[in-house]
Amino acid sequence: MNDNLYQYILQLSDNSMILGHRLSELCGHGPSLETDIALTNISLDLYGQTRSYCQYAAKVKGEDFNEDTVAFLRTEREYKNVLLVEQPNTDFAYIIVRQFLFDAYHLPLLEQLKNSKDEMIAAIAAKSIKEVSYHHRFSSEWVKRLGDGTEESHQKMQEALDYLWAYAGELFEESQIEKWAKEEGIGADLNAIHEEYKKDIEAVFAEATLTIPEYDPYQQGGKNGIHSEHMGYILTELQYMQRTYPNMTW
Amino acid sequence: MIKIDNQIQEILESVSDPEIPVLSILDMGIVKDAQQKADHVLITITPTYSGCPAMDVIEEDIVNAFKSHNIEAKVDTVLSPPWTTEWISENGKQKLEKYGIAPPMNETMDKKALLDGERIIKCPQCGSTNTEMVSQFGSTPCKALFKCQDCLEPFDYLKCI
Ligand SMILES: [Zn+2]
Repeated sequence: MNDNLYQYILQLSDNSMILGHRLSELCGHGPSLETDIALTNISLDLYGQTRSYCQYAAKVKGEDFNEDTVAFLRTEREYKNVLLVEQPNTDFAYIIVRQFLFDAYHLPLLEQLKNSKDEMIAAIAAKSIKEVSYHHRFSSEWVKRLGDGTEESHQKMQEALDYLWAYAGELFEESQIEKWAKEEGIGADLNAIHEEYKKDIEAVFAEATLTIPEYDPYQQGGKNGIHSEHMGYILTELQYMQRTYPNMTW
Repeated sequence: MIKIDNQIQEILESVSDPEIPVLSILDMGIVKDAQQKADHVLITITPTYSGCPAMDVIEEDIVNAFKSHNIEAKVDTVLSPPWTTEWISENGKQKLEKYGIAPPMNETMDKKALLDGERIIKCPQCGSTNTEMVSQFGSTPCKALFKCQDCLEPFDYLKCI
């Protein structure tokens, strides 16, 4: 079993899964019917991607692992998602800024992974990129609309950006596994993605009349399994069925 | 052999997309391959969207459709190359429109309609292009929600991917 590959797939998978979970919490609670439907559709896309990753991770891991054990039966430290995606749905501004900061990273990431030497990762990326370009359209348009909207919507968006900015840097802090994957030609080059990311977010935030905070993002740890206090609650809900009724299926 | 191929085709045509029941899975372009093996047929399908909840149902429906002809079928799912709306057959596009879903345009037109709000998507009820996008995301991942300014009916548009 190639443990590095397994870990790398998990990292890709967990970002999609935990963000997908956060968005799924909004089902029936979106600020309007259209945004509710959009956010849950995005959640569904992210969960679809997660499923492909988890099936592949289970295959790489071998033994008696399957997609469900990979997705549901790990301990908190074994989840490798960045802290950004586990941040709560404080209000619609936080939801949109979190989504945009992730989409602006996710899109160029998948663009690179399309050429991964690992055929399965390349296939999942080529599939996902079509969906994620719709996510990016949705989140960037809402950033502009609310940032350059009313005084109140502008203020709320700026507040969300000021807060979430602390978490935006971790996406580009290369972990040991990411370094390994890059050198093997399996993973992405985060520096190249970072350049595209900066161009993208600077243009969108400028149009939205929002100011990118001057401080350097400092929150990190998720990639190494060190999570914020929110993660335990997420996993409690996510894992409840499998922990209560081990091996249950629908 | 030809007889078997025709029969496979016929059986596959009887399996519909659970979310758009007027389209067969052949119309949708999600069947990538059908092979006669020694003791079963092997059908290879590809999902429209990664999270398409219909895939498991489609797989089951294929197996059952063949079973009713006393043929054992196995289903394999592949992701690559990724499905595109261009694989929907012409026949399928016409059926979509009749069913009340505006069929996908090409990618450039799609962007104009969804991003720049250009009024080019035709209302499947009255044929007017005086239509407006309500939301990029609709009742399923593959659809955007529109409304017609002339007949005032809301309708789905199957967006390009
Ligand atoms: Zn009409």
